[in-house]
Amino acid sequence: MYKILKAENIADKIYLMDVEAPRVASHCEPGQFVIVKMDEKGERIPLTICDYDREKGTITIVFQTVGASTEKMAKLKAGDSFQDFVGPLGRPSEMVEEDLEELKKKKIVFVAGGVGTAPVFPQVKWLYAHGIECDVIVGAKNKDLIILEDELRAIAGDNLYITTDDGSYVRKGMGTDVLKDLVNNQGKKYDRCIAIGPLIMMKFVCLLTKELGIPTIVSMNPIMVDGTGMCGACRLQVGDEIKFACVDGPEFDGHLVDFDQAMKRQQTYKTEEGRAMLKLQEGDTHHGGCGNCGND
Amino acid sequence: MDVMKKVPVREQDPNVRNKNFDEVCLGYNLEEAKAEASRCLNCKNARCIQGCPVSINIPKFIAEVKEGNIAEAYNVISESSALPAVCGRVCPQESQCEGVCVRGIKGESVSIGKLERFVADWARENGITPKGADKKNGKKVAVIGSGPSGLTCAGDLAKLGYDVTIFEALHEAGGVLVYGIPEFRLPKQTVVAAEVENVKKLGVKIETNVVIGRSMTIDQLLNDEGFDAVYIGSGAGLPRFMGIPGENANEVFSANEYLTRSNLMKAFDDEYDTPIARFKKVAVVGGGNVAMDAARTALRLGAEVHVIYRRSLEELPARAEEVHHAKEEGIIFDLLQNPTEILTDDKGNVTGIKVIKMELGEPDESGRRRPIEIPGSEYEMDVDAVIMSLGTSPNPLISSTTKGLEINKRKCIVAEEETGKTSKTAVYAGGDAVTGAATVILAMGAGKAGAKGIHEFLSNN
Ligand SMILES: Cc1cc2nc3c(=O)[nH]c(=O)nc-3n(C[C@H](O)[C@H](O)[C@H](O)COP(=O)(O)OP(=O)(O)OC[C@H]3O[C@@H](n4cnc5c(N)ncnc54)[C@H](O)[C@@H]3O)c2cc1C
Ligand SMILES: Cc1cc2nc3c(=O)[nH]c(=O)nc-3n(C[C@H](O)[C@H](O)[C@H](O)COP(=O)(O)OP(=O)(O)OC[C@H]3O[C@@H](n4cnc5c(N)ncnc54)[C@H](O)[C@@H]3O)c2cc1C
Ligand code: SF4
Ligand code: SF4
Ligand code: FES
Ligand SMILES: [Mg+2]
Repeated sequence: MYKILKAENIADKIYLMDVEAPRVASHCEPGQFVIVKMDEKGERIPLTICDYDREKGTITIVFQTVGASTEKMAKLKAGDSFQDFVGPLGRPSEMVEEDLEELKKKKIVFVAGGVGTAPVFPQVKWLYAHGIECDVIVGAKNKDLIILEDELRAIAGDNLYITTDDGSYVRKGMGTDVLKDLVNNQGKKYDRCIAIGPLIMMKFVCLLTKELGIPTIVSMNPIMVDGTGMCGACRLQVGDEIKFACVDGPEFDGHLVDFDQAMKRQQTYKTEEGRAMLKLQEGDTHHGGCGNCGND
Repeated sequence: MDVMKKVPVREQDPNVRNKNFDEVCLGYNLEEAKAEASRCLNCKNARCIQGCPVSINIPKFIAEVKEGNIAEAYNVISESSALPAVCGRVCPQESQCEGVCVRGIKGESVSIGKLERFVADWARENGITPKGADKKNGKKVAVIGSGPSGLTCAGDLAKLGYDVTIFEALHEAGGVLVYGIPEFRLPKQTVVAAEVENVKKLGVKIETNVVIGRSMTIDQLLNDEGFDAVYIGSGAGLPRFMGIPGENANEVFSANEYLTRSNLMKAFDDEYDTPIARFKKVAVVGGGNVAMDAARTALRLGAEVHVIYRRSLEELPARAEEVHHAKEEGIIFDLLQNPTEILTDDKGNVTGIKVIKMELGEPDESGRRRPIEIPGSEYEMDVDAVIMSLGTSPNPLISSTTKGLEINKRKCIVAEEETGKTSKTAVYAGGDAVTGAATVILAMGAGKAGAKGIHEFLSNN
C-alpha cells in the first residue's frame, strides 16, 4: 500500500497529492510518470510525476477529474492509500541526459496548458536548480484553472507568463499567442520549446513552432494499460515509425507526431467510459435506459 | 471401458461455456483418475519421460494414482515440477509427454496432463504444500519477473536456503499466467494464486510494482541493494504488429492488450473499472495459443469471431485441445488467408478488413510450407474490431539498461542452456526472455537450470 500524506483540491476539479513511494522517489527524474491503481477493482491510471522528495520518499501527483476513475480518486483523503503505485515509468526528459554545458547555451521556453502545468513544473525546477534560466508560459481556460502559479513564480520569477482563454486572469489569449508575441514583438529567440497539455493545444503549438523554426518536444498521453511496453495500447505514429509512448516516450519530437491519429485513438473507449461515469453518478438509482448499459 | 481410449474428461457444454468465463475442463474425479491411470503400461523404457521437458517420472506418479496414493503421486511430480496444476492444464501434451506415449501407437495416449492436473488439484485441496529450507545460507538473489520461469527459479533457490526476492513490474504475480492465459483455461484464484502462494511459503518475497530498468537497474540490484546474483525471467511481452495500412485504427488491439484487460484487469466483469469494448464481429489475426485465447475471449464477450491464419489447419501452432474447444464453441476459422489492410471511417473506427487468399508453396527454413498470395483473390470482410496476435519478442527495457548483457539478433538475452549464465557476471537468465515466446514448461525448465547455475556460482564464490 502507498499512503497518501497530503490531498488537496488546488483548483476547479484539480487535485494534488503527496504519496509515499520511496523506491519511485529515489530513482525518478523529470519527464517520467507513474501508474496508480486505487484498489482491487480499480483501473491503472497513468499520471506524470509533478514533484518528488528523495529524502521523504514521496511523489507529488496532480490530476484533473475527467471520468469515473479520476472522480473516485478525488475522494481519497490524507491517510488513505493507493493499492498500487508503480514507477518511475517512461524515459526522463532529454535535458536530464544532455551535456550540462551544452544545455546552458540553449534558450528554452515551456508552453503549459491546463493540468499540463504539473509535468512542466519538475522540468523547470530541474533547470533552475542546475543554473539554467528558461521562460514558462502557462495557459488555462480561466482563472480557476491556473495551478502551481506561486510555486513556478518562486522559481522562474518574471520569466513566468500567464494567460487565460477568456481573459479572466492576467491576459486574454492562448499560450500560442504569448509565444508569438514573445518571439515576434519582444525579440526573444528560442532553441527549444517544450509543450505539455491537451493534444489539441500541443498540435497548435507545434504548428506555430514549425513556422517559427523552433524544435519542439511534446509529452504524449495516449491510453495506457501496463506502461511497460507489453500491450501496445499507447502506440503512436511518430514520423514513419510506430512508437510506444510508455517506453519510448512519453516525450517526442512534436514536429513528427501524428496528432490527428492520437486524438482519434484517445476516443477508443468513449462509450465504455461514459457508461462507467453514469454508473458512478447514478449509483444504484441507475436502472437502464441509457442505451449503453444493456439494461434497457 | 475401452483401454484404447482415454477416460473422457468432463467439460462444460460448449453452448453454455461460450457465454461464461468459468473453466472449460472440469477435470477427473478420483474414480476417473484411477481408471485412466490403469491404462498406463508402466513402461521400463518410458518414452513419456523423455517427452517431458522437466523429466517428470510419469510412470511412477501414475502408478501411485492407480493405487489411490495421491499424496505420494504429488511428491513424485514435485521432485521435477513446481507448477503441476498449471502444466497439467496448459502444456502442449500432444507434442510432448503424450505425443510419445506407447499407448498412442495403436490407440489414444495416456491422459498424462489430466492426471497431473488431478494430482495437483487434489494436493491443493488437501493442503499439501512443498517444504522450504531448514536453514538460510545468508546469500541474496534477486529474480526479475514472476512468470513460470522466475517462480520456479525462486522456489528452487529458496529450497537451497537462499534469501530470494522476486521483482515484478505488474501489480500481480504470475506473468502470462495472470495477464495472458484466460480464466476459462487457467483459473486465477484457485490455481495461479495458489501456486504463487506455495512459492511464498518457501520463503520467497515478492515485490510487485517494481520495473527493473526503470525503478532500479540490474547494476543497482547488485551494487546498492546487496544481491549476490540476479535471475532474469522477464518473458517476451513486446507485441508485434503487421505494418499494414489502418493498423493504428481505434479498434485494432494487440492480443496482449485485449487479454490483459480481460484477465489481469478483469474487464469482463462489470464490477471492475477497466473498460473493454464489446463487439459484433471480430477478426483475430494469427494461429497460436494467444490467438485462440483472444478469439475465445471475444466470443464470450458476445462477438462473432473469425480467426484469420495464413497457413492451413495442419500448421496451426496452437495446442490441439484449444483448437478443438474453439471450434466447438463456434469460432470460425478463415484459413489460408492474410490481411492486407484495415478499413476505417473518418473517426478512425474499424469498419472492415481486407484479406487476400493464400496457397501453400515450397517448405521454408522452418520446414513448413510457405504461404503465397493468390493474385486477385482479395476480398473485404465487415468487422468492428481486429485483434493482432502475431507473436511477441523480449522487451528491450532490461537489455537496453544493462551494460555488458549480450543479446542476439532477435533481441533475446544470450544465456547458456544448462546454467542460464549470461555474458554478465552474477547475472543469469531463462524462459521466454532467452528463447523468445515458447511454453510454460520450457520456461520452468530454464528456471530450474538457472537456479542450479546460480547455486554453483555462489557456492564457489
Ligand atoms: C503518460 C501520461 C501521463 C498523464 N499525466 C496526467 C497528469 O499528470 N494529470 C492528469 O490529470 N492526467 C494525466 N494523464 C491522463 C490520465 O491518465 C487520464 O485522465 C485518466 O486515465 C482518465 O481516467 P478516468 O477513468 O477518470 O476517465 P475516463 O472517462 O475513463 O477517460 C477520459 C479520457 O481520459 C483518457 N484515458 C482514459 N483511460 C486512460 C488510460 N488508461 N490511460 C491514459 N489515458 C486514459 C482518454 O482520453 C479518455 O477519453 C496522463 C496520461 C498519460 C498516458
Ligand atoms: C495468451 C497466451 C497463451 C499461452 N498459452 C500457452 C499454453 O497454452 N501452453 C504453454 O505452454 N504456453 C502458453 N503460452 C506461453 C507461456 O505462457 C510463456 O512461454 C511463459 O509464460 C513464459 O514464462 P516466463 O516466466 O519466461 O515469462 P512470462 O510469463 O512472460 O513472465 C514474465 C514476467 O516478468 C515481468 N517483467 C517483464 N519485464 C520486467 C521488468 N523489467 N521488471 C520486472 N518485471 C518484469 C512481466 O510483467 C511478467 O510478469 C501462452 C502465452 C500467452 C501470451
Ligand atoms: S509437465 Fe507437461 S510435458 Fe511434463 S508431464 Fe506434465 S504435462 Fe507432460
Ligand atoms: S509411455 Fe505411456 S504407457 Fe508408457 S509409461 Fe509413459 S504414460 Fe505409461
Ligand atoms: S501502455 Fe502498454 S505498451 Fe505502453
Ligand atoms: Mg476510465
